[in-house]
Amino acid sequence: MKYLDEFSDPRLAERLLDQIHASATRPAVMMEVCGGQTHSIIRHGIDQLLPDCVEMIHGPGCPVCVTPLEIIDRALAIAARPEVVFCSFGDMLRVPGSGRDLFSVKSAGGDVRVVYSPLDALGLARENPDREVVFFGIGFETTAPANAMTVHQAQRLGVRNFSLLVSHVLVPPAVAAVMESPDCRVQAFLAAGHVCSVMGTSQYPSLAEKYRVPIVVTGFEPLDILEGIRRVVLQLEEGRHEVENAYPRAVPASGNLPAMEMLRDVFEVTDRTWRGIGMIPDSGWRLAEKYAEFDAERRFDVAAIRTSESSLCRSGEVLQGLIKPHACQAFGKECTPRNPLGATMVSSEGACSAYYAYRRLELVDAK
Amino acid sequence: MCLAVPGRVLHTAEVDGVPMAEVDFGGVRKEVCLQYVPDAVSGEYVIVHVGFAIQRLDEISARATLADFERLGLLEEEFGDGLEAAAAQQSPKEGTDR
Ligand code: SF4
Repeated sequence: MKYLDEFSDPRLAERLLDQIHASATRPAVMMEVCGGQTHSIIRHGIDQLLPDCVEMIHGPGCPVCVTPLEIIDRALAIAARPEVVFCSFGDMLRVPGSGRDLFSVKSAGGDVRVVYSPLDALGLARENPDREVVFFGIGFETTAPANAMTVHQAQRLGVRNFSLLVSHVLVPPAVAAVMESPDCRVQAFLAAGHVCSVMGTSQYPSLAEKYRVPIVVTGFEPLDILEGIRRVVLQLEEGRHEVENAYPRAVPASGNLPAMEMLRDVFEVTDRTWRGIGMIPDSGWRLAEKYAEFDAERRFDVAAIRTSESSLCRSGEVLQGLIKPHACQAFGKECTPRNPLGATMVSSEGACSAYYAYRRLELVDAK
Repeated sequence: MCLAVPGRVLHTAEVDGVPMAEVDFGGVRKEVCLQYVPDAVSGEYVIVHVGFAIQRLDEISARATLADFERLGLLEEEFGDGLEAAAAQQSPKEGTDR
């Protein structure tokens, strides 16, 4: 595949690694924000090839993992209704709510379907005018334009039996929340490349300045990640804290203007609770008032469902980079991808699941 | 689900007033919405996430980045420790298959 193979060339990877080893003389603790990057780092063992003083902390950027429990419970309540076709991305199916998950609602006879794109859900609504089709609209700024366009299109075409259960989250407020935490050890960030493909890079200079942290926009292939790390190490060595774009092939500084315009039209900023982390002010999007009729929470009157996390799961600490997954007693024992206790064990972008897939044997043996 | 991957636009058409394209991902073909990259033409590469093109892949930047990576290595060979480089080439780097 074009520009996938080239960016995983092992010969070039060695050169980048050599550069990192040659430059790093002092501790460099950096957080990769995006779960896709966490997956790539663990899968390719990148963290194990770095100098000892360079540490990767895995951030909260897995949308499946941070979707709050009460939204999952609301999804379960909606999906169980007989008139509803509930559509979701596949990795939400096994995320545990308070009692069960979407998969078990399906087994109990609920009409739960996995779709590739929210437009597929809109298509189902048009084909089944006598059913209520609900799409579970989660994700970061990368996914939001797709959901925004789908709602916009539903309104334009007058598809009244379609609605969106929205739980969008935003990266910059999460970066600020990580830095505000009293236990924060993070000295720099690899910013999520595809979030910036949509939003551009203009949100980050003020964060880099305020918290005096380098922020390097980074892609997902092994070479992209190594280049992000290399640039962070150089900045820390030189005492700089700037925003750099190490992923220019997919990230213009201005982002995607038509997408941002659609986002402004369809969504408005709201406080969001992040699973395992808690409420972060102004850290999400909800449907704007003029699209309120497409809001599944209002249509099905589930906004009153409130729950709070009560489990031994330490995913909150994992998501904030305070512990690595294997520090959790349940890792690989009570908690596995087949029987996940926390959302970070479900999605392939969750840190617990990445460690389970690629590190399980060495970690459980070492315990 | 966070994954976004590059694919090549095969052909474009308007469906229900929305620009759409058939996009090839190394043999797998999918319908993709071009609302946010409306001027993409067939043969171009776009980055696709959950059925939507979110950017075009800038080939010039892609080549420039790869060339930078190459140059990093060349400078290293020029000014770096030649013996160390030779040794590194001879034995596969420690840890790559850990
Ligand atoms: S291993 Fe399981 S129980 Fe432990 S933090 Fe991760 S998801 Fe939670």
